[in-house]
Amino acid sequence: MSTLARTRSVALAVAWRNIHNAFKNPAILLPSVMFPLFFFVAFAGGLSGVQNVEDFDFKSGYTSFQFAFVCIQAAAFGGVFTGFSIAADFEFGFARRLLLAAPNRGGIVAGYVIGAMVRAVFVLSIVFAAGLISGMRVDGSLGDLLALLALALAISATSTLWAAGIAMRMRSMQAGPVMQMPVFILLFLAPVYVPLNLVAGWVHDVARYNPFTAALEAARGFVSGEPTKVAITAACLAAMFTLAVGWARGGLHSAERAG
Amino acid sequence: MPAQVGLLAGRAIKRILRNPAQMIFPILFPLILLAVNASGLDAATSLPGFPSDSYLDFALAIPFMQGALFAALNGGQDLARDIEGGFLDRLAMTPMSGAALLAGQLGGALFMGLISAVLYLVVGLAFGVGIATGFAGALVLLLLSLAVSTAFACFGTFVALRAGTGEAVQGFFPLFFVLLFLSSAFFPRDLIEQDWFRAIATYNPVSYMVEGIRSLVIAGWDGQALAQAFVIAGLAIVGFLALSARALRTRLVRT
Repeated sequence: MSTLARTRSVALAVAWRNIHNAFKNPAILLPSVMFPLFFFVAFAGGLSGVQNVEDFDFKSGYTSFQFAFVCIQAAAFGGVFTGFSIAADFEFGFARRLLLAAPNRGGIVAGYVIGAMVRAVFVLSIVFAAGLISGMRVDGSLGDLLALLALALAISATSTLWAAGIAMRMRSMQAGPVMQMPVFILLFLAPVYVPLNLVAGWVHDVARYNPFTAALEAARGFVSGEPTKVAITAACLAAMFTLAVGWARGGLHSAERAG
Repeated sequence: MPAQVGLLAGRAIKRILRNPAQMIFPILFPLILLAVNASGLDAATSLPGFPSDSYLDFALAIPFMQGALFAALNGGQDLARDIEGGFLDRLAMTPMSGAALLAGQLGGALFMGLISAVLYLVVGLAFGVGIATGFAGALVLLLLSLAVSTAFACFGTFVALRAGTGEAVQGFFPLFFVLLFLSSAFFPRDLIEQDWFRAIATYNPVSYMVEGIRSLVIAGWDGQALAQAFVIAGLAIVGFLALSARALRTRLVRT
């Protein structure tokens, strides 16, 4: 068996277990579905008056404006929730047995990433359906929506690698806030409620350099059928993904050293 | 009885002080969210009919609610840990009265609630929030914030006594965050465009607690808003305290 085949075999087995556990145990899947839905309802419902502010120029309406954010948020938090599963695997001893049994340990991380991406597709489908039911306007073409999905999956993979790096270093469920807080802060330091030009104060300065801002604007562009900042988003995500791969690899080495 | 309450409250407070992580996150998280929202939603203040020129002033009430929630969550979890670890069983064999036990347990949550409320007020003032009702209003704000903390803490105590596990307490608290987000905390009720959301916010008691605190900051003395907030907090305290007392009796009978 070649190295690639061994990696693929491990990755698929871990991914299958991750997906199987998530769908068999609602307590695992429910938070990753409920959180984005809840934010969608709260923001699109409660804050829709914000679209009447002068210079708010998103043609597809506030529900669509928030849908793009919720997609990014669901993808990012899906990765973090997968990190929780990895930490739980270490806490209950399963991950150590997995490290012993796997012929190629990189496949373990790849498996978690694939699992997170499948879960993200499921969650995004539900959020999309909820959006359509609530009267969301989608002006983007099928191609735009597929690009939005690809963007969300790239974010899901990156955030899973980030969370996996933490989980494999700390190997405890207590790592949860460490995985979650930076992602949460980065997400909310992007223009969540209004376009960037309407964000005031220091958050505006931070948001200008926040890679999630480009991703969010690209996502909103796909929803409204006017793709924007696609190249810069792709570049930012490629850089973040590369860094996250290195981070997760370091975490794997740390877990291997711990035995 | 005061001595018994003092002993248990002191223990609960010491437990918080000895674990700074238990204090830092609950205090810091609402401030981060406030800072982000104050910039992110400041544009909304230009809407006709928005009750304040600054979103920071408008949103200052939110950290008080979140701080009270976190304080109650921590208090509930500490009590659940006492139940799981057998401390409550051992306490049941002493002459300690049930009322003292409840009051003592609430002491820790109230301490956290007070510390965070004072901090939010100081941070708000430092960043230019003007309290429309002045110094007396600031004191009433702290009092109302304590009443809200007590109400949430009574709920946390009830869940801990009823279920007896930290997981159950943790599991119930997202419900309060849902109630907070589905209230008028982030946007004035009369400016909410979606009828269904405005209806939920109108029937949501959390809206009135937030509006009571907010009125002191941005509107001046508003008797109706304050009365509604105090009455709702008071009713929640009485209701959940009665349920907690019953749950405590049941739990002690079981042991």
